[in-house]
Amino acid sequence: MKPTYHYTENNLIDSEPNKFKEENLRSEEMILNIGPQHPSTHGVLRLEVISDGEVIKEVVPHIGYLHRCFEKHAENLPFNQIIPFVDRIDYLASMNNEHAYALGVEKMLGIIEQIPRRVEYIRVLVAELNRIASHFIAIGTYGMDIGAFTPFFWVMRDREHILRLLEWASGSRLLYNYIWIGGLFYDIPVGFEEQCQQYIKYLKPKLQELEDILINNKIFIERTANVGVLPLHTAINYGITGPMLRASGLRFDLRKVDAYSIYPELDFHVPIGEGKMGKLGDCWDRTWVRMQEIYQSVSIIEQCVARLTSDLKRDVTFDPQALVPKKIRPAAQDFYCRAENPKGELGFFFRTDGRNDVPVRCKVRGPSFVNLSVLPALAKGVLLADLIAIVGSLDLVMGEVDR
Amino acid sequence: MTFFFYLPLLLLYALFAIYAERKISAFIQNRLGPMQTGPYGIAQTIADFIKLIQKEDIVPGVAISWLFKISPIATFAVVFAGFSLLPVHANWPGAEMASGVFVLLAIVSLDVIGLLLIGWSSNNKYSTLGAFRAAAQLLSYEIALGISVLVVCVWSGTLNLQEISYRQGQYHTEPLYFLGIPGWWNVQPLGGFLAWHVCTMPLLFFVWLIFFIASLAEANRAPFDLPEAESELVGGIQTEYSGFRWAVIMFAEYGMMLLVSLVGVILFFGSWYSPIPNIGGLEFASWTNGTPGTWTASVWGGFWLISKSLLMVSLQIWVRWTFPRLRINQLMSLCWKYLVPFALIFLLFTALWKIWLTL
Amino acid sequence: MKSEELASFLQQYFQHQFEKIELMNGSCFIEVSSNNSFELLSNLKNHPQLYFDSLSCLTAIDNGAQAGSMEVIYQLYSIPFHHSLSAKVILPREHPTIDSVESIWKTANWHEREAYDMFGISFNNHPDLRRILMPADWEGFPLRKDYQTQETYRNIKVDYQQP
Repeated sequence: MKPTYHYTENNLIDSEPNKFKEENLRSEEMILNIGPQHPSTHGVLRLEVISDGEVIKEVVPHIGYLHRCFEKHAENLPFNQIIPFVDRIDYLASMNNEHAYALGVEKMLGIIEQIPRRVEYIRVLVAELNRIASHFIAIGTYGMDIGAFTPFFWVMRDREHILRLLEWASGSRLLYNYIWIGGLFYDIPVGFEEQCQQYIKYLKPKLQELEDILINNKIFIERTANVGVLPLHTAINYGITGPMLRASGLRFDLRKVDAYSIYPELDFHVPIGEGKMGKLGDCWDRTWVRMQEIYQSVSIIEQCVARLTSDLKRDVTFDPQALVPKKIRPAAQDFYCRAENPKGELGFFFRTDGRNDVPVRCKVRGPSFVNLSVLPALAKGVLLADLIAIVGSLDLVMGEVDR
Repeated sequence: MTFFFYLPLLLLYALFAIYAERKISAFIQNRLGPMQTGPYGIAQTIADFIKLIQKEDIVPGVAISWLFKISPIATFAVVFAGFSLLPVHANWPGAEMASGVFVLLAIVSLDVIGLLLIGWSSNNKYSTLGAFRAAAQLLSYEIALGISVLVVCVWSGTLNLQEISYRQGQYHTEPLYFLGIPGWWNVQPLGGFLAWHVCTMPLLFFVWLIFFIASLAEANRAPFDLPEAESELVGGIQTEYSGFRWAVIMFAEYGMMLLVSLVGVILFFGSWYSPIPNIGGLEFASWTNGTPGTWTASVWGGFWLISKSLLMVSLQIWVRWTFPRLRINQLMSLCWKYLVPFALIFLLFTALWKIWLTL
Repeated sequence: MKSEELASFLQQYFQHQFEKIELMNGSCFIEVSSNNSFELLSNLKNHPQLYFDSLSCLTAIDNGAQAGSMEVIYQLYSIPFHHSLSAKVILPREHPTIDSVESIWKTANWHEREAYDMFGISFNNHPDLRRILMPADWEGFPLRKDYQTQETYRNIKVDYQQP
């Protein structure tokens, strides 16, 4: 029996599930559906491609396959119970999400100034560890999109150590629920700082190896340089943030610009794309910027560990949950807070009414969502292989695109 | 006769090549590879094969059914036919013919028809794109491959594969000069690797590089695995295949790997000759080559030929797990702008060198 | 510019274009009527001293059936001057319509599609106003406060029931 679909007046759009129709194509064109099950769409992204053989005429991303109603959930949950859902927005960088979210709620509550510095240092330490893990995935899977399998396994091996460290601290490997509003779930375990130091010592030569096998590989450069060039004004107009914006040549990092948390006390610099191998803002620059950011994160971790083992040393009176409010009820306000996620600017928009523990509205501005929206502009007239290269260089996490 | 030698060899080889591919890739990637099936996982390929032949033979509804069914077998038949022309050892020239190299290249070039049919008959957009890529790639690299083989034929003055083999060691009747400098150092009595083509003619090493790159493309191996480019075309030409027919395609691919490796060894690396030269009184080459006409030459010859080819196969595996994939236009420009012109230049210089040598 | 400076600057130069201005938790909020929101926002972008070249976030809020209103909130940020501003537009709950700012900031394209998808706010002059996260034939707008899920979607039960 043929199923009958019920359309209402409001949503009668005949272009779904496809925006394009076979009848409207010219004789050379063909519709190619890439995804939602495809090896290199990084999850459940579907790209509807009008192609002339290998040449891409137009790309229409279709998203929503991983929509998990975060915003609707958030409207029904107290602030502290939203944190596990926040983990699942960008599941590759949960610590960064939690950090951004906790900072936002703390600012609303007005307790941001009272957070102990040891807590803040631990937060930055775990967030930067997670940033390295996220960039590893970005670079590794990008290599796989280009056709190099080996770097992926290498970065997974190195990422495994980070996951173990974070598991040691929080009890889970991917979705931590570690950074709480007003503090932490628990202090870092004894010996964590030393393990971090050892890991950094182990990691440094491995990063060089990764650069040798992938970033500076001749074929990799040929495949990515001058591909998917994103000019700066386009990037800003499309609201691109994070490594993609920096690869286009703008030194814009919220850790420096907004100077939130303890980042002003740390010594690191913001790498930007230089167009070394091709034009400024191409796929190679984006990957290279991510690679440089790993080095910067490594330096941040070293500084955090140094502080955590010297003047902010562990002591028995330290209670990471001391400031955690029993009842989180911010005053009635609208508030937009943002922080630098590995993918870009992660923003939370809150509206609270001051009478409830739950937000009236909690909107997430996911960096991947915005970064993906530039794809149709980037991927016009490129080859099919370049389309894959461009999609990979956006570093999408579909959990964040669809939320 | 070669049929009964190469078919079991090929089956055995495919089992171990797939195992080697897994283990070598695992070694490169800091993994263990298969460990569960049998000691060190050696039975993994057999288990996989059993799984594959049990699977349902799915033919998509819109596929051209009969073509879809026969094209994998056609591809394999072409690859397998290539083996019949190869000499195995000094006593066994295979299907010996005066124009062996020519026939071999002709047979290898038929491979593209099989791949095109596989992609076309699937009636899938990814497969069709893969088939177009395969056709473009194989036809272009055929030329680079052909010219690099031609250089060897010019140097050795024959199209007979067995004669080319004979020329690279101590059974050759004329003197062989090291690095191709006439009258300098006759390595013919020494044998071993010194008498191989790559050593008696220095240019041939670079020609071999061209041959090797072109042969990677002919065998659809990474970095030239565009027809099946997993991250772009899902599975490329083999997207719609499963079970036994897919196994046959894989079998053809691994067979092609071995075939081009064997040809490379025969043309450049001393065919079935031993790599160890005679040093003074220690006649390693004579001992490890055996005596022609007796069973020793057969055993040693077969052993050296197969081992050298497997080394080449390992090299191909190593390359595959190191490099990213090229784009289609880079693939074309690599062939037409670099490999073919350089091969032609080497052809010219080899011809001139040959004249100098015979003056 | 700090938020206070920004507020006084706006009051000085754009006074007649917005209705209300307030400072809340360190950030500046202005309230705009839906008629001239497009004009004001494009002025804010093109003004040489404000230059809000980046639209960080566009969000919609449903105030519920009792209040009978919806809001669209623009989070503007100026990358060269490092100041930010929130612009709020209040819309009626019945047939909410507003001009699209897609021609000012391209990033608004997807944000507006999301607002349309979740709240049913229709944006005039939007080049491609389709649902973005939900299927095209989904009924209702999920983030409205009085949203009820449809019973079946293509013959699949929507609400999960304990077996």
